[in-house]
Amino acid sequence: MKVTIDGISVEVPDGTSILNAARVIGGDVVPPAMCYYSKLAGSGGKCRTCLVKVSKGSEKDPRPMPKLVASCRTTAMDGMEVQNMTSPEVIEARKGVVEMLLINHPLDCPVCDQAGECDLQNLGFEHGAAKTRYEFDRRTFNRIDIGDKIQLHMTRCILCYRCVFTADQITDHRIHGILNRGDHSEISTYIQAAVDNDFSGNVIDVCPVGALTDKTFRFKNRVWFTKPVEAHRDCDHEKCKGEVTLWYKGDDVLRVTARKDQYGEVEDFICNTCRFDKKKTADWVIEGPRKVSNHSVISSNHYDTMKPLPVVKANPVLQEANKEQFERETRL
Amino acid sequence: MEPLSNKRKAVDNKPLNLLERSYLPAIVKGLGITMSHFFKKPVTISYPEQKREFSENFRGMHSLKRDENGKERCTACGLCALSCPAEAITMIAAERQPGEENLYREEKYAAVYEINMLRCIFCGLCEEACPKEAIYLDGDIVPSDYLRKDFIYGKDKLVEAPLNQ
Repeated sequence: MKVTIDGISVEVPDGTSILNAARVIGGDVVPPAMCYYSKLAGSGGKCRTCLVKVSKGSEKDPRPMPKLVASCRTTAMDGMEVQNMTSPEVIEARKGVVEMLLINHPLDCPVCDQAGECDLQNLGFEHGAAKTRYEFDRRTFNRIDIGDKIQLHMTRCILCYRCVFTADQITDHRIHGILNRGDHSEISTYIQAAVDNDFSGNVIDVCPVGALTDKTFRFKNRVWFTKPVEAHRDCDHEKCKGEVTLWYKGDDVLRVTARKDQYGEVEDFICNTCRFDKKKTADWVIEGPRKVSNHSVISSNHYDTMKPLPVVKANPVLQEANKEQFERETRL
Repeated sequence: MEPLSNKRKAVDNKPLNLLERSYLPAIVKGLGITMSHFFKKPVTISYPEQKREFSENFRGMHSLKRDENGKERCTACGLCALSCPAEAITMIAAERQPGEENLYREEKYAAVYEINMLRCIFCGLCEEACPKEAIYLDGDIVPSDYLRKDFIYGKDKLVEAPLNQ
């Protein structure tokens, strides 16, 4: 089956969505996605950021689709022609979607722990307008502790339902979900029962914004001051592979997350023991520094090697002299 | 060739006459110039007792600002440290506890905020990066000191004095 996206043709199997076909091509033609998650069945279709224009329906029925369609939920047809980057209509619509997603967002990025690896931040930077036109009070909620390790800031939530799907499909029983309807919808636990499951920590990784954050990492450091390092361990849990990213500051592991691919989706879900309890270098086998895109703020001021080469060659005589001088000066 | 200025003087090696050889007129002339300066306004000032006015865009010592209610504006977002080309700024964030709402504006604040004044190049990028209008380089020249460790300025030196004082 042949699909053409922004003039680039690609062969995909039957039943592939437009978004996944675009991901086969890769690069700039991939529409951004806030709610779709390839590892979670049933996700997608909620945030509308992946809207694309179908200029030719298929080989059999070449009429264009009347409206922009959500590429994550629309199946590609043979001979379909799709416009993403090349259509000004799509760019304009996406700008509107970003504005709507940000209407109730508190924009507290300086405080938020997700800043630096936040999908909404990237989306707003790449596709959004610089200013908001919204003048009314934003929706506010108090923050909720879901268990002792996960914190929920409902004010930042964009209702992508990813965490609900994660809880449904990755953990064996779900306690949290969405309460109320429409504008009043809110992620919540039923009478704030703690999410107590071996895989509950994965809701932190799937959250595209800073709504669900790691409480053990809360305000510890900014993401871009930490060094991501790939590591693994033999995990006892049969569903967990134990392959993670450790986020170092100096010699301390500040947090442990699953490895994410270029679309911000985790490669393997990890268990809570790996995520919250193993925060010593001795627990892990280090594989090497994680590759970070040059465009990411996380790569700023980082070195390729774990230990930067010394600027001055280690000279014992010099070191001794420096120590002596330092002691003398401190006495002063 | 056309001279660039009219100050050019041709050198002559004529022997000095008697008056010139006595050097007296030259000494008197030199003393006259010196004396005339006694009655002129001096171009220098005696720093640090007297200080010149800084230009409007002068960048001096940093200060961490408070808002109109006297709360600290800094929320330890780390953007100043990120933008700092000399890596002079470090900070440790902490969470605001209940009852401290009159001290800090946001739920996160900088518990430790240090600037190494020896590293700082006073470029003002931290001021530009700050999303909370918390840091300004509006202070004086950083005073000199004897030890390197004394140039690491903490919050005690950087934060503005509270409003009620």
